[in-house]
Amino acid sequence: MNLILLSPLDLTLAAVLVVALALISLRLSLGIESKLLIAAVRTVIQLSLLGLVLKFLFVQSHPLLIGGLALFMLLVAGYEVMARQQRRFSGIWGFGVGTLSMFISSFSVTILALTVIIQAQPWYSVQYLIPLLGMLLGNTMSGIAIALDNLTQNAWQRRQQIEAQLILGHSWDQAIREIRRNALRSGLIPIINAMAAAGIVSLPGMMTGQILAGTPPMEATKYQILIMLLIAAGTGFGATAAVWIGAKRLFDDRERLRLDRLCKERA
Amino acid sequence: MGSLTLRQFRSPLLEPIDLHLQAGECQTISGPSGSGKTRLLRALADLDPVQGEVLLNDQERSTFSAPQWRSKVGLLLAESGWWLERVGDHFKQPEIELFERLELPAEAINWEVNRLSSGERQRLSLIRLLSNQPQVLLLDEATSNLDQANTTKVEALITDWRKQHQVAVLWVSHDPQQRQRVSDRNWLIESGRLREEA
Repeated sequence: MNLILLSPLDLTLAAVLVVALALISLRLSLGIESKLLIAAVRTVIQLSLLGLVLKFLFVQSHPLLIGGLALFMLLVAGYEVMARQQRRFSGIWGFGVGTLSMFISSFSVTILALTVIIQAQPWYSVQYLIPLLGMLLGNTMSGIAIALDNLTQNAWQRRQQIEAQLILGHSWDQAIREIRRNALRSGLIPIINAMAAAGIVSLPGMMTGQILAGTPPMEATKYQILIMLLIAAGTGFGATAAVWIGAKRLFDDRERLRLDRLCKERA
Repeated sequence: MGSLTLRQFRSPLLEPIDLHLQAGECQTISGPSGSGKTRLLRALADLDPVQGEVLLNDQERSTFSAPQWRSKVGLLLAESGWWLERVGDHFKQPEIELFERLELPAEAINWEVNRLSSGERQRLSLIRLLSNQPQVLLLDEATSNLDQANTTKVEALITDWRKQHQVAVLWVSHDPQQRQRVSDRNWLIESGRLREEA
């Protein structure tokens, strides 16, 4: 089976469809045509750059360069988590809580998968490391963002209930327990739903890609199963870490609820 | 039994406060809204960080863990917080006599929190606090949602409890007659200072 190569003309045809959509948006005055076009242009530029970087790294597979790209991906994901918070932690914590949790979960799960399960040679080989890390980061990112947002929003809205427990002599851990549990649950529901629907409602992206590239379906399936399980574990560990660190940060050494450590709600 | 001592206690909006309440003594504080009365009580209960010393029975606050301190120095806020469905879920050990004294039936323990009136909430949150056996009481407008009959009952309960258990009470109240009824020592906040009320 040979891979059918796409020509620039093929991509242009797809782009015409998006331009047509923009025209409809203009006609119906939806007001999203500029956003749509900018996002489409970003997709083209960002993915092309990624392709160029990967092409370069395939040739120059120096561990430091690969590590640099992995770090860059982590920082961008950390920024995304921060940007999705209605009330994020102020200062370095706003960026730190999510980034640290993703580092703990995504990196350790990826390294585990590469060394123990896939056993790529060398384990940091670009072909395996970057796609795997990218999928893990992308998914843990959503889970952590949802869980943290849920945690801080609820702590803010239910401050009276939290403080009522503190006043009666409950520990900070008891006072935040229910809110923390709900936050973690909310972060995990998307991946649980994705696993439940996989293969029936949705054909997962990676498997689709491998099949298009000519991989035998059962091989692609095995990789997809592996990835789904890793994502579930990574998201779970990451969200647990984030919610745990975040809940602790909401209280100080005298177990006071410190909502002043959150930024004001963004409009 | 508990006494409360403040030494150069720096609560927001107020000049440093030195104050002593003996075990079993009640003092009141009043002042315009926004003058920092509630914030003073919150700071004393260790809910907000401030500078200065506060002692329970001559023991510094830092020698207690925060949960220990808060269960001994009990704060009653004007708006009570409830985090579970039923009233009784919020009690470790409800004192049933207290329900009778505030004319609430014993089955109030099974009531749903969402269906309480503001007056019931206020009385139940007082019972909840007293059931915790605090050694000092910090009261913030403890009768703001109550009619005259219930106000009288709450005042009598707090006074009896204070004498019987030798509990120091610091009571924020906007009602001058109430201040006269419950205490002999009343403080007025004037431009950030505590001045004794004549």
